[in-house]
Amino acid sequence: MIALIDYGAGNVASVANALTVLEEDFKITKNETEICRASKIIFPGVGEASFAIKQLHMANLFSLLRMVKKPILGICLGMQLMADHSTEGGVTCLGIFPGTVEKFDPAKTKVPHMGWNDIEITSESKLFRDIKSGEYFYFANSYYVPVSEYTTSITDNNIKFSSAMEKGNYYGVQFHPEKSGDAGLKLLKNFIELC
Amino acid sequence: MLCKRIIPCLDVKDGRVVKGTNFINLIDAGSPVELAERYSKEGADELVFLDITASAEKRKTLVSLVSDVAKAIRIPFTVGGGISELGDIEALLKAGADKVSLNSSIVKDHNLITQAARRFGSQAVVAAIDIKFNGSQYKVYVKGGREETELLGMEWCKLAADLGAGEILLTSMDKDGTKEGYDVDFLKELTSTVTVPVIASGGAGKKEDFLEAFKYANVDACLAASLFHFDILKIKELKLYLKENNITIRI
Repeated sequence: MIALIDYGAGNVASVANALTVLEEDFKITKNETEICRASKIIFPGVGEASFAIKQLHMANLFSLLRMVKKPILGICLGMQLMADHSTEGGVTCLGIFPGTVEKFDPAKTKVPHMGWNDIEITSESKLFRDIKSGEYFYFANSYYVPVSEYTTSITDNNIKFSSAMEKGNYYGVQFHPEKSGDAGLKLLKNFIELC
Repeated sequence: MLCKRIIPCLDVKDGRVVKGTNFINLIDAGSPVELAERYSKEGADELVFLDITASAEKRKTLVSLVSDVAKAIRIPFTVGGGISELGDIEALLKAGADKVSLNSSIVKDHNLITQAARRFGSQAVVAAIDIKFNGSQYKVYVKGGREETELLGMEWCKLAADLGAGEILLTSMDKDGTKEGYDVDFLKELTSTVTVPVIASGGAGKKEDFLEAFKYANVDACLAASLFHFDILKIKELKLYLKENNITIRI
């Protein structure tokens, strides 16, 4: 069973719809016990970082998500919350990936970064099995995680940022696989079957 | 690089898609779910659903429609038409819509933009702005273009973006339905004034109109309705043409 975390800051419906299409067994939850029992965790997120972190603390999930040993996939804000810190609301995040989440500079590019953009796969990841560099995914973000040693794909929005990351059992994607057509479904399937 | 987007717009009345010209001679064009699937397969980058129902049961119908559409397609979509409260927005986003488009309600209460952006994120809030040139200046219209306001076009667009809207959907009422092309002069000034993405709407009649909006006016997305509904232009054909003309587009 996959735990799809609903902590009040995520677009859970669309991810749930994608999992239904893939015929996966999942449960929408913010209950610690249920999350601990799951084989995998999907951690979506939409909205503002400091609000989302507050919600995680209120649901007693902050420490759990820092220590969890099973595969966990952060989507969009979910991935950003895995960084050390976010400049959005100046909040301390989960500290899985080193670095600080930054805002796109409106003097250099349109903000939010909205629409379909391609990814350049920079290091091998099970998430990208049968997905090639140049594939398009749907993004909707004003903030980004800078490129680091844990970046597995890069996307260019007049600045190059991490569009996917991986460290041990922690996976993150800045785009929305649940809204990215067949390629997005493929990536979700890869996470569920291979990670 | 970020792709330019092609967005078909579907008018919905009482849970069915309708098509017509300038809101008259409405014909039933089928189920929103079927049309959404069709456009999604043909390569649409996003969809917009505009609810033109005028009944008390409206919200309930709209939420269930959003939920059905979200189950059927894997591309983003926006819902608009008579949305005036945070509760409405929450229900639509929870049902699976990615964005809501707000028009008359934000003219009446500017604060709604900021409240919605804080609660759901700017990326979920589209400011839909209808403008008309009165001979000397562009004025903002509300209530489906029936009512003129005191607001000036460019100023309202800028304010809406400053207040937290994540995108501006700009409809030129002068161009709408004419098939003469988008209002590229206004749009060009708009894209150099605001830093949020701009969607052009109103006036598309041929492939060249899209190219001009992307190339000359530097818009981020183009919206069209009748052109796609009446099969005057296929999305695939349009996208291939734009690609040949060096527009970054997802094929």
